[in-house]
Amino acid sequence: MGVEMAETWYEIVRDVLKRHNVSLVTYVPDNVLRPLIAAIEADPFFTAFACTREEEALGINAGAYMGGLRSILLMQTSGFATLPNVIASLSVPFSIPTLMMVSERGTLGEFNIGQQLVARTMRPVLDALNIETHTMTRLDEAEFIVDRALVQAFATMAPCCFILSPLLTGGKVFAK
Amino acid sequence: MADLANHPANRDQAKVMNRYDITKRMVGLLHNDEAVIGGIGYTNFDLWAASESPSGRRQQNFYMLGSMGLAVPIALGVAIAQPRRKVFALEGDGSVLMQLGSLSTVAARGPKNLCIVIMDNGAYQITGGQPTVTGQGADIVGIARASGIAQSAWAADEDAFVELIGRALKEDGPWLIGCRIDNQKPVDTTERDPARIRDNFMRGLGVRA
Repeated sequence: MGVEMAETWYEIVRDVLKRHNVSLVTYVPDNVLRPLIAAIEADPFFTAFACTREEEALGINAGAYMGGLRSILLMQTSGFATLPNVIASLSVPFSIPTLMMVSERGTLGEFNIGQQLVARTMRPVLDALNIETHTMTRLDEAEFIVDRALVQAFATMAPCCFILSPLLTGGKVFAK
Repeated sequence: MADLANHPANRDQAKVMNRYDITKRMVGLLHNDEAVIGGIGYTNFDLWAASESPSGRRQQNFYMLGSMGLAVPIALGVAIAQPRRKVFALEGDGSVLMQLGSLSTVAARGPKNLCIVIMDNGAYQITGGQPTVTGQGADIVGIARASGIAQSAWAADEDAFVELIGRALKEDGPWLIGCRIDNQKPVDTTERDPARIRDNFMRGLGVRA
């Protein structure tokens, strides 16, 4: 067919975002997200830039949604921990489909005790706020999960969080 | 911006104005469905009050109900999504101090259609008037300039405020206008109905029919 198939998790994510017209990507960088950020920044379809805080990025994305532009926020686990107040006071009450993708630290080989502890807060917070959450562990499920979850987020005008497990990404390993 | 040199060099030299009065003057200058984001507290209460008219309340306003500090980021998002519409962020001094990094992001993105208006009374007025650091040496206009927003100025008085808003409507931004305000209570209280606020705003911006 001559169509090149996406082979990595980050190419799959990039392609699904594009298909759903999610063109604004705000992020606070993370090593695991690096290939996704690079793939997005290499594609002129996207407007992508780093923000100074995750809260700020969530606000930008909320404004963009109300202005008619779809967006996603990329961050790591410790960054998610700064967001409960703005999810509870902006995304949820105003029915804004805030899309979040978190590279999961704090598990499966974590070397930083702070990351280990803050990671324990993520799922309880997502559950408390009743946020649709998908932990992505397998390459063969990645497209289905992101595709369907985006359909649902926009249809129900509800936030959605993707957690990128080290089982999918390889995670971050201890470096001396 | 050499031509902004006529405006006060610092906070101490700016006249103390009234929030409702200058918000009303600003709203009166908006004739092209400009978007306005009202930060939490009295800033957005007076935007609500100033936006009422015999023909109804202007629709292109978004009123935050929490998420303190996010008026500038939300306005930046609207400005990115709708580059041909002018977008204003109205924010208090206590609020902008929580999110000073957003001024650097605005400078880096350089949205031509964004104008930030800071209502600075040196206090967390709605929580009992506890002092913020702007009354103790921090100068938001100076911080904005140092963050890279070159077109940042204190409004010397009401006439200067109207002049600066007029320039922001006509000329490329981003802009930041510092306003010293008094500690008067707001004129009204914003309706707390987030679904309605968001829907009104999106219809006002033409995103929903």
